[in-house]
Amino acid sequence: MTGADLQALAPHLVLIGGTLALLLAISFVRSHVLALAVTLATLVATLFALPASNAAGARVIDGFLAIDAYANFFNALFVIAAIASALLGYRYLERRITLAHREEFYVLLLTATLGAMAMASATHFAAFVLGLEVLSISLYAMIAYPEEGQAPLEAALKYLVLSGVASTTQLFGMALAYAATGSMAFEAAFSASSLLAVAGQAMILAGVAFKLSLVPFHMWTPDVYQGAPAPVTGFVATVSKGAVVALLLRYVVETGALGAAPLVLGVVIIAVVSMVVGNLLALLQDNLKRILAYSSIAHIGYLLIAVVLAASISGAPMALETGMVYLAGYFLMTLAAFGVMTVLSSEAGGEDAERLEAYEGLFWQRPLLAATLSAAALSLAGIPLTIGFIAKFYLFAAGAEGELWTLVWALVIGSAIGVYYYLRIIFTMTKTPAAEDEGEAREAAPAAERAGAWEAAAVVVALGAGIVVFGIYPTPIIDIARAAAQAFGG
Amino acid sequence: MNILGLILFLLIAGGVAWAAERVNPNAPRWVGLIAFIAAGAYVANAWAGGYAYANQYIEWIPRFGIHVILSMDGLSLMLTALTLFLGAVAVVSSWTETKRRTGFFQFNVLWVMAGVVGVFTALDLFLFFFFWEVMLIPMYFLIAIWGHENKAFAAMKFFLFTQISGLLMLFAILALVYFNYANTGSITFNYNDLLGAELAPDVAFYLMLGFFVAFVVKLPGVPFHTWLPDAHTQAPTAGSVILAGILLKTGAYGLIRFVIPLFPDASAQFANWAMFLGALSILYGGYMAYSQSDFKRLVAYSSVAHMGFVLLGAFAFVDAGGAAGMNPLGMQGAVVTMIAHGFSTAALFMMAGALQERLHTREMSNMGGLWMRAPRMGVMTMFFVVASVGMPGLGNFIGEFLVLLGAFQANVPLTVAAALGVVVAAVYGLVLLQRAFQGEPNPDVPAMRDFGLREMTVMTLMMAALIWIGVYPQPLLDLSAPVIETLWIAP
Repeated sequence: MTGADLQALAPHLVLIGGTLALLLAISFVRSHVLALAVTLATLVATLFALPASNAAGARVIDGFLAIDAYANFFNALFVIAAIASALLGYRYLERRITLAHREEFYVLLLTATLGAMAMASATHFAAFVLGLEVLSISLYAMIAYPEEGQAPLEAALKYLVLSGVASTTQLFGMALAYAATGSMAFEAAFSASSLLAVAGQAMILAGVAFKLSLVPFHMWTPDVYQGAPAPVTGFVATVSKGAVVALLLRYVVETGALGAAPLVLGVVIIAVVSMVVGNLLALLQDNLKRILAYSSIAHIGYLLIAVVLAASISGAPMALETGMVYLAGYFLMTLAAFGVMTVLSSEAGGEDAERLEAYEGLFWQRPLLAATLSAAALSLAGIPLTIGFIAKFYLFAAGAEGELWTLVWALVIGSAIGVYYYLRIIFTMTKTPAAEDEGEAREAAPAAERAGAWEAAAVVVALGAGIVVFGIYPTPIIDIARAAAQAFGG
Repeated sequence: MNILGLILFLLIAGGVAWAAERVNPNAPRWVGLIAFIAAGAYVANAWAGGYAYANQYIEWIPRFGIHVILSMDGLSLMLTALTLFLGAVAVVSSWTETKRRTGFFQFNVLWVMAGVVGVFTALDLFLFFFFWEVMLIPMYFLIAIWGHENKAFAAMKFFLFTQISGLLMLFAILALVYFNYANTGSITFNYNDLLGAELAPDVAFYLMLGFFVAFVVKLPGVPFHTWLPDAHTQAPTAGSVILAGILLKTGAYGLIRFVIPLFPDASAQFANWAMFLGALSILYGGYMAYSQSDFKRLVAYSSVAHMGFVLLGAFAFVDAGGAAGMNPLGMQGAVVTMIAHGFSTAALFMMAGALQERLHTREMSNMGGLWMRAPRMGVMTMFFVVASVGMPGLGNFIGEFLVLLGAFQANVPLTVAAALGVVVAAVYGLVLLQRAFQGEPNPDVPAMRDFGLREMTVMTLMMAALIWIGVYPQPLLDLSAPVIETLWIAP
């Protein structure tokens, strides 16, 4: 390992150092604010270490981790999501967790981010598994964090058991791949002529599909989304899925794992089914968390267009670029939606503000929050003026480039169904709650009660602004993603 | 003329109107009205000065060759002027009707109109689609928040229809760009670059259908019209005025500006079907209008019939030396119909709104003999009904006459069928007038206020416009003729 390697690894090292510092800080002083401060300082320092890492050039470290612009793009997304989650989580933990152990939450947040960062760089099965498990194990604990109520525990247990099954499937697939090719490094881990290797890839892809909650591996998603505390749900929906997507795209490009026709067919089928089923099931929900859960199933289904495109050598740069831009948009809008939910949940007692009725009249009582949630919903629906449209546009372009017309049609049909439930969220917010009278309504929510969550509200509004600003002027994101995609692998 | 500035002005005025509500619930209305008048004056001034033709070209998303290309030619100019005028009408028509959340209301009105101006001037397909969708959301809010009893359903239906057909168009746009890229090696969304795109005939046909469906849904033509009666009936008055007066025209504009020039051969191939749909819309819309008992629904269906003329005229291809050629008569008729229908229908919807505000009903069986109680409203209704059924000397007549003249050269049987539609129009028009305003005064009708100065001013202006178009349509024809010629430069 050379100095340049260390420079490339700077973000990871900063993050690890910060995590240790946080552990030490917690062991000496139990202070929620201090824990938040250390966490934020660590994450911001990590963010600033990313350009330094980029400056070291693309490096593969011991055939294990590839630190390149592609990975750092996702690393930036993960860190930003972690910052947002920490700020959103602060007031939530303050109000909802009664025992005095709020601080460890941030340790888990940092380790989860580290795991995700490792996955974005993994070029070897060992790094893949290591990153995935660091991320997943942190998430189990984060989901189960609230000590009251059964739902979080149930969700965590469900996630633990099913995720465990998926991981073992994946490990077995890796074993088969290794038996067939004798290599654990991505670039040599696949041979289309070996049935053993193809079977191994199928099992690995099944494990990945579970993590991405693609149909038919999606059963856990709505329950876990619903059971997890709102800020954690946002983190699971973005970082855990984003890390797997980052890994999957790199994996497909480097191994050529979709080189076998049956595997491509399988991915196409999973994509189409996910787009349609995810959207159809979302229609039936009355719970915002469940709506977003099914919507995320559909969205990752859309994203598989990029994965299929990545299977062809000429399509790889466009596929990677699409994946990056799409995930950037997906992070913004998903975090914004769960952010609004977190702000409202931090104010109310009892369960999270997840039922649609809780949002009635929000437009008239909290215009900024409602506008943000509307922007997020419109963005998820892919309406122009929002980053979601740019993201969807990329998928269309990627589909056209690969001539993947079946998938593009499924995207059209899925989006068409999706419009209904996204609009329903907005419509609910514009309703006037029956019990309330105009004029009084504005003063109804006591100012003192909601004065607290300003930092969370600021995060939410910033995310909403990001959705609109990058929706109108996406060129900065596009330029970074394009440069990273062009530089990829060479 | 600074088109981008005009659009931004409307957008910013929307923000100001929203904020102005904190000062006074009445302030947003004034902001809206003044904004439309100012913007209208700007456009009129440019029109009168002869320097309205403008072109703006700004790089936007270089990755995909997407530019902000805004261009104002004769067709765009008259539609933009109509948009801004009807914007002011919309504000005035709901002056007293909308009592709650006036700020957000005016915000939405201004934003719809900004989107529409963008649609009428954008010459980059991406930008066009952008505005096409941008105008949807505020319209959705107008119906969903300030609509009548069944607003949720109507708003959702409206949005789903336009959004889904919009997705088809997006698909077609991207496929067009992609095939052009495959031929030329450069990615561009520039309308002028795509005009000459070489496409295999069957590909061109399917892409043409993608655009066609999106625009015919908006137009609306049978069988894609079912969202319209619901949306119009449930929308607040300003919403109906905007929908009928302007939003339907975006569909017609799309057919004229995009479908036919981008896919001339495919359009010619499809022309008889399109004309058939046009004639069908005329007859079916007329028949349905006749069967309605709801004032607003009747006017809504009559819009289906009138827009059928646009479809008929636009696709009346004639034989030009062995190849299909565009028909200037039919096309000009379509353009004049668009403008005239904008005025006549907006006025009728304003009347429907005024009646509903006073009587709290749209059912014509609950009206009757209203002329006695509100003679000014009666006279106005009569004028606009007569205009709408195509009385010579008024705008709609010119449009429909030119369309029929043009269509006659293309397809005689369909023209005959469409001409029958004019008779049907007279029937439902007179039925409307008779049931609502004539006959025995209905004793259940409460005392009602007649039109005041505010309403009369607007109505008189629209009257003047229709008479002007009806008596001296030459300026409009002169304005649209060169545009129509340039649209048809066969590749």
